[in-house]
Amino acid sequence: MSNGPILMRENRYHEIKAVLARLRLDSSARLVVLVDKDGQQIAVHGELGDLDTTSLASLVAGNVAATGGMAKLIGENEFPTLSHEGEKESIHICVIGRVLLVVVFDDRSSLGLVKLRSKQISQELANTFAEIERESATPGAKNSLPFSEITDEEIDSLFSPA
Amino acid sequence: MTFINYASREINCKIVYYGPGLCGKTTNLQYIYDSTAAQAKGKLISLATETDRTLFFDFMPLELGTVRGFKTRFHLYTVPGQVFYEASRKLILKGVDGVVFVADSQEERMDANIESLYNLEENLQAYGYDLMKLPYVLQLNKRDLPNVISSCDLTSELQRKGEPVIEAVASTGAGVFDTLKAVAKQVLTELRKS
Repeated sequence: MSNGPILMRENRYHEIKAVLARLRLDSSARLVVLVDKDGQQIAVHGELGDLDTTSLASLVAGNVAATGGMAKLIGENEFPTLSHEGEKESIHICVIGRVLLVVVFDDRSSLGLVKLRSKQISQELANTFAEIERESATPGAKNSLPFSEITDEEIDSLFSPA
Repeated sequence: MTFINYASREINCKIVYYGPGLCGKTTNLQYIYDSTAAQAKGKLISLATETDRTLFFDFMPLELGTVRGFKTRFHLYTVPGQVFYEASRKLILKGVDGVVFVADSQEERMDANIESLYNLEENLQAYGYDLMKLPYVLQLNKRDLPNVISSCDLTSELQRKGEPVIEAVASTGAGVFDTLKAVAKQVLTELRKS
């Protein structure tokens, strides 16, 4: 691996959740999800219903990766926002460094409002994530990894039912 | 890249199945999906063409169990194997924690295996990864077909760094979980080292 793992502590997680909650309220959105560019879901807030957010995270990352590839073909670095408007439900995606802010909204809101509110909190999320990356890179963080003292037996035990 | 969430007590890792067109990458994932208990897996997403060839990727999340109080979740992806899907194939490797190379054991697919393996190394390099340092498993698939090259010859041609080599028949499930176990174990061991 070229980089170490990203470690998100509980305080950062709650910071992010609070930002997502505020965005959801301010934009009258149904759901707000924060996703890593590699397709991992980081945090979610809102009306989940039976929505499969794991699949959503993976597809959003694939979508951003594909449009990023298109951007490069025409000489752009990336497209910082993507919007998909459906008959009832819509999705707005905002690229913020290595994370993707996904807002799912319906006719209680509008694309203009969602774009505006997403843009307003982008810097805050970018700063929080820069802190998370900085904390993940410190030697102390690596020493406290839950897996740093894991034994071969513990790893093997994960596969015993297979 | 492995993502460790202390709040939800989860460790998320990404594993990519790579290999030439029609080598059985999707079949590996389909077998894992069909054989896993509902509570341990999410949906299997397939972005495929109308003729069921992988267009962008297949994806399934799999929860293996808990270690030291953390749930271990593996996100399994396949890439499109056909040569002309190069652009989308490369995108899937971003953030990868472990790779399975699925080789097609049939004699007539040997050149395709070699081309795909070189392509894997090139695409990894583009992201700053080194195959020599990445958790990696070589699977020799389709061992049940009549026109296969011997495992010994395939291994000497395709093994890159002493990685585990596992014979498989993905359509029946033979070797499929052994392959997953071999790569997942390396990913977790790598995490311990980091």
